[in-house]
Amino acid sequence: MPDLLQVTLFTLGVALLGTLLILPPGVALGWVLARRDWPGKTVVETFVALPLVIPPVATGLILLKLFGRHGVLGRLFENVFGIEIVFTWRAVVLATGVMAFPLLVRTARVAFEEINPRFEEAARTLGAGPWDVFWTVMLPLGARGLLAGCVLAFARALGEFGATVMIAGMIPGQTITLALGIYHEVQLGRDTQALKLLAISVVLAFAAVWLSERLLRRRTI
Amino acid sequence: MTTDAPPPIRVRFRLDRGGFVLDLDLVLPGRGVTALFGPSGAGKTTCLRAIAGLERMPGGLLEVEGEVWQDESRGIFRPTHRRALGYVFQEASLFPHLSVRQNLEYGWRRRRANAPPVDFDHLIELLAIGPLLGRRPATLSGGECQRVAIARALLASPRLLLLDEPLASLDLIRKNEILPYLERLHHELEIPVIYVSHAVDEVVRLADHLVLLADGRVAASGPLTETLARLDLPEAFADEAGLVIEGTVGASDPAYGLVRLDFPGGSVHVAHAAEPAGRRLRFQIKARDVSLALEKPRDTSILNLVPAAVVVVAETAGEAHVLVRLDAGGTPLVARITRLSRDRLKLAPGVAVWAQIKAVAVLA
Repeated sequence: MPDLLQVTLFTLGVALLGTLLILPPGVALGWVLARRDWPGKTVVETFVALPLVIPPVATGLILLKLFGRHGVLGRLFENVFGIEIVFTWRAVVLATGVMAFPLLVRTARVAFEEINPRFEEAARTLGAGPWDVFWTVMLPLGARGLLAGCVLAFARALGEFGATVMIAGMIPGQTITLALGIYHEVQLGRDTQALKLLAISVVLAFAAVWLSERLLRRRTI
Repeated sequence: MTTDAPPPIRVRFRLDRGGFVLDLDLVLPGRGVTALFGPSGAGKTTCLRAIAGLERMPGGLLEVEGEVWQDESRGIFRPTHRRALGYVFQEASLFPHLSVRQNLEYGWRRRRANAPPVDFDHLIELLAIGPLLGRRPATLSGGECQRVAIARALLASPRLLLLDEPLASLDLIRKNEILPYLERLHHELEIPVIYVSHAVDEVVRLADHLVLLADGRVAASGPLTETLARLDLPEAFADEAGLVIEGTVGASDPAYGLVRLDFPGGSVHVAHAAEPAGRRLRFQIKARDVSLALEKPRDTSILNLVPAAVVVVAETAGEAHVLVRLDAGGTPLVARITRLSRDRLKLAPGVAVWAQIKAVAVLA
């Protein structure tokens, strides 16, 4: 069953890449939302939350229009970097990342909001500039929340279906993840194969949650 | 005054934030402890935060040691991390993810290159936090936390130390545990300290200069003894009215358990353990412990009789009493006597009296 192994590794890799891709902007945006006020903040908040509330397939369609051959961003990537995105593994990373983004931003924001502003002020009075404060106070104090956010984003990325199927299609060996695979096998009437993929999904989800619990518990000691 | 007196701290802050008005224009000494004293909501903490740059006052002006930290009319606002200051917050502000030693090193590592050297080990010893270095802030008591916080602030080699009610969150026992450390610092520190407090006893023990704030305005500002001697102080001080006098230890009389304290204009005996002669001590004489006589009383149990002249007689909020400000050979005293006594003795400015002092509290 090289097929199963390939799908599993592909799913893990894509989810990991998607999470890593959104980590810097997600943490930055979470921090900005938690600690800064500016006009139009609510608009940004709403915009970030959109993938959570509109159907994933709709998000997929938006991405398809943006990154497709004739889309603004699609042309940009093709002309500047010579990279094609839609219906490749890159599209899967993009879709999982975009869908997990709101979850990461929200948990990062809450993680930062829970930090007593007194600690930042204390750091500033001790001579730490804004970046210094972020690296030495905000990140370590928000670490647990940020880690939980990453696991959540990763778990969400593992199971992404709707947006992925729109922008990446179901190309065996190229864009099929566990979630897509289950649907694909059922469509072809290969229920046993689908059940095997299901079992792997459950094990991966279980492992991710178990790992995060363990990491969180170790931090508290 | 010596010629090398450090330049003063100039503070001008104006703020009108929907009902809360702050209007301060102060010149504070560049050396010693200035207490910002006043009831809650008077604007003490806001003023301190503005000095630290944690809050920005639109039309603010701030000069420390001849350096302009803020002058909005010229568009100057130095951010907090570029102001060489130490700040001790009311509640614990030690970084919970760092050990006590790492907390101390946080400011130490970031002190400016041209900062005057700080003796790390001496400060650790002075605040008695050596045994705590390896511990996490979560395992410290409130008093220990504040001592570490004070050390952390000083290790950054500040030019100005700001203390925002550092004892307010502590119970009386812990408070009395820290006050001696603050007093020791007071004797050693070369930098000015601004101390926010609403506790009279702390102010009286620690401050050299007193600023009284009420409703966001300066009600009085001046050297501690003078300001405390002013009789038109707001309610908060009236009951505790009294004077802090600095004197030197004269003779000790261990047989009777007394120590003589000399000050310009007289001396008093106080029940106190023997002290080396010449040591400077602060002591407080409250107005309600001072009574007056026109002639030198004889055969009285009261030991302390000081000749003085009436400077001014002031009404108080209460019906029965008046406060009398005295001048005892250059040292101010305040007596609280009844209105009836004032009339019987015909007390008026210039009248020579004997002040009988019933109690003296040694502060430090």
